[in-house]
Amino acid sequence: MSSSTPLLAVDGLSVVFRGRGSDEVRAVDGVSFTLEEGRVTGLVGESGCGKSVTSLALMGLLPDRGVEVGGSAVMRLPEGPADLLRLPQRRMRDLRGSQMAMIFQDPLSSLNPVVPIGRQVTEILRRHRGMRGPAAEKEAAELLHRVGIPDPGRRLREYPHQLSGGMRQRALIAMAVACRPRVMIADEPTTALDVTIQAQILELLRDLVTEEGTALLMITHDLGVVAGLCDDINVLYAGRAVEKAPRAPLFAGPTHPYTVGLLGSIPRLDAPRGEPLTPIRGSINDNIAWTQGCAFAPRCDHYTMECLQGPPELVAAGAAAGTRTRGPDGGSGGEPVAEHVHRCVNPLRGTDTADRSAPEGPAAAGEDEEAQG
Amino acid sequence: MLRFIVRRLLQLIPTLGGLSILLFVWLQRLPGGPEYALLPDDATAEQRAALRRSLGLDEPITVQYLAFLRRIVQGDLGTSLGTGRPVTEEFFTRFPATFELGVTAMLIAVSVGVPLGYLAARRRGTVLDFAAVGGSLLGICTPVFFLAFILKVVFAERLGLFPSAFRLSPGMSRTDLTGFVVLDGLRTGEFDVVWDALLHLALPGLALASIPLAVIVRMTRASVLEVLGEDYVRTANAKGLHRNTVRTRHVMRNAMLPVVTAVGLLTGSLFAGAVLTESVFAFPGIGSFVYAATQGRDYPVLTGFILLIATMYVLINLLVDISYSLLDPRVRAQ
Ligand SMILES: Nc1ncnc2c1ncn2[C@@H]1O[C@H](COP(=O)(O)OP(=O)(O)OP(=O)(O)O)[C@@H](O)[C@H]1O
Ligand code: SF4
Ligand SMILES: [Mg+2]
Repeated sequence: MSSSTPLLAVDGLSVVFRGRGSDEVRAVDGVSFTLEEGRVTGLVGESGCGKSVTSLALMGLLPDRGVEVGGSAVMRLPEGPADLLRLPQRRMRDLRGSQMAMIFQDPLSSLNPVVPIGRQVTEILRRHRGMRGPAAEKEAAELLHRVGIPDPGRRLREYPHQLSGGMRQRALIAMAVACRPRVMIADEPTTALDVTIQAQILELLRDLVTEEGTALLMITHDLGVVAGLCDDINVLYAGRAVEKAPRAPLFAGPTHPYTVGLLGSIPRLDAPRGEPLTPIRGSINDNIAWTQGCAFAPRCDHYTMECLQGPPELVAAGAAAGTRTRGPDGGSGGEPVAEHVHRCVNPLRGTDTADRSAPEGPAAAGEDEEAQG
Repeated sequence: MLRFIVRRLLQLIPTLGGLSILLFVWLQRLPGGPEYALLPDDATAEQRAALRRSLGLDEPITVQYLAFLRRIVQGDLGTSLGTGRPVTEEFFTRFPATFELGVTAMLIAVSVGVPLGYLAARRRGTVLDFAAVGGSLLGICTPVFFLAFILKVVFAERLGLFPSAFRLSPGMSRTDLTGFVVLDGLRTGEFDVVWDALLHLALPGLALASIPLAVIVRMTRASVLEVLGEDYVRTANAKGLHRNTVRTRHVMRNAMLPVVTAVGLLTGSLFAGAVLTESVFAFPGIGSFVYAATQGRDYPVLTGFILLIATMYVLINLLVDISYSLLDPRVRAQ
């Protein structure tokens, strides 16, 4: 494996739900991104844009009936690269928890209410590391300690309802890191938590990435959360990426009206008092099919007739509008080689957004939130 | 926990008090009385009135009730008009038979109903699911009496696969330790007795199991479907746990909680079915005796048995609630 191949390369991922009788739902429609060791990749977008479905598809956790998954997700595994979307269920079960782990949004409902925390930690040690008895318990206590849970010996014997929200999420993180997975997916891990706890959990995740070299896929609807944490950011809208870039260029000069709208709805400390937030009007339900044009058009202040002439392509930002910059293969599934790409025919060009710079560190997100409250 | 148990036992007193009043009023309204059941058809009106007087039935109902209360406080439930033996004695000699029948029925209901409900949930929308749901609807709708009768006619009388009546074959000798035939047989090593008793339990047990079985299938199915959609099951799968671990520790442990409560309520309601089933199979338990007592207007037996059954019912549900609290730490904390 040359070091140039990414740890996990997701290419043209699509997920279609076909309910019996009902219309098909294209929850994810050709999403591509890569995960690298020690880097945090963000998946950002409003509720319903397909973030969770993307992560569940990668984990092989989508329902086994009524779902069609397309594209590929090639991961570098100890025994060679393999496409996660095509591995048999049994093999995926071996990988889940050991090579890849996931943290969910609601820590209370994500923990089994009738099983002690200790058991829920040791069961994964037993499954993937063959540890049992006192050895497993000792390791479980160490894991809890590591994620910042005080008095782990006692906590191991307690049940989820006896822990605070932040501690539950820490316990889930302990389970996720128990087998040193190389890919970790966090699906809105802080949404259900208090702002102060949010910042702590984000910091913990950042530390784990730095110390373990884990690749983290961070899912959120809140650009403020990713601001301090993510190295690369993918903005999704209605199942497709509408803008993607490393953190600095994205915050310095977002070009897609939707991204600008998302950024506009983050309160800023340096904004003059009383300046209204500019949330995006309408909701994700006000969209048209990508096949007809830009799905964001009904909510976009910049749309023109061109926006409704078929789906906009993902093109390099900064290049002349409409220039398609394909990879060397230039073929299907290839994506622009540019660092900063967007899917828009009338992109915004810097001037009105350039004064925006990325906030520093995960704590910055928390502070922003607190300033709001 | 102790306080919880004591409180529940204290609640038994007003429950039984209210129930006994209802029983008294109800028996009063029942057409015909012991004077018709106990005396020959050609008895004179004077003879019937005399009998009523000797039984104290001519007193105002409040006086009767107070007398009854006075006796009950001393643990005396009266004497059967039909057999002349104390009601409590009649109850406890017949209790083991009904207990064994009830346990058989609940074992059938749980051991078939839970796996079937689970499979129906996992294979939702398949033929198996429809069969399980449809079959359980049929089970709930079929009168127990009718089902018992059909089972007896087909499997006992026509096919001769099972005995059609009693607890044991005539002439079967056994060592009686406790009155529980199966348990005694296992203790003394008389396995022929055990086998014979099980054969006798099969058909009435099946008939009695029909309603609890149907309810358990539906409850398990609904509960499993709900739990399968829970986040913690997704977490368990995300941890890569083996299917079996997910199924037992994460799905079933949670899905069984409502079923446990249902099993308690169903066990209590078995007594109603036992009256009919035991009568059809001439099974010498509480049920058939209650049936006979109803025919014979045996007021002390009816009142005493129903109060004892109600006590059992409350105790069974107390046991179920205790085991529930052991299964669910969230309840334990309260
Ligand atoms: N099992 C399913 N069957 C049918 N449609 C589904 C299913 N799961 C998700 N969807 C649809 O897929 C789309 C994307 O859902 P997804 O859960 O990925 O959104 P999300 O971006 O994670 O939103 P949120 O921020 O609310 O978590 C939604 O329109 C949803 O209705
Ligand atoms: S393509 Fe058109 S409608 Fe879509 S975001 Fe760009 S300007 Fe708006
Ligand atoms: Mg989601």
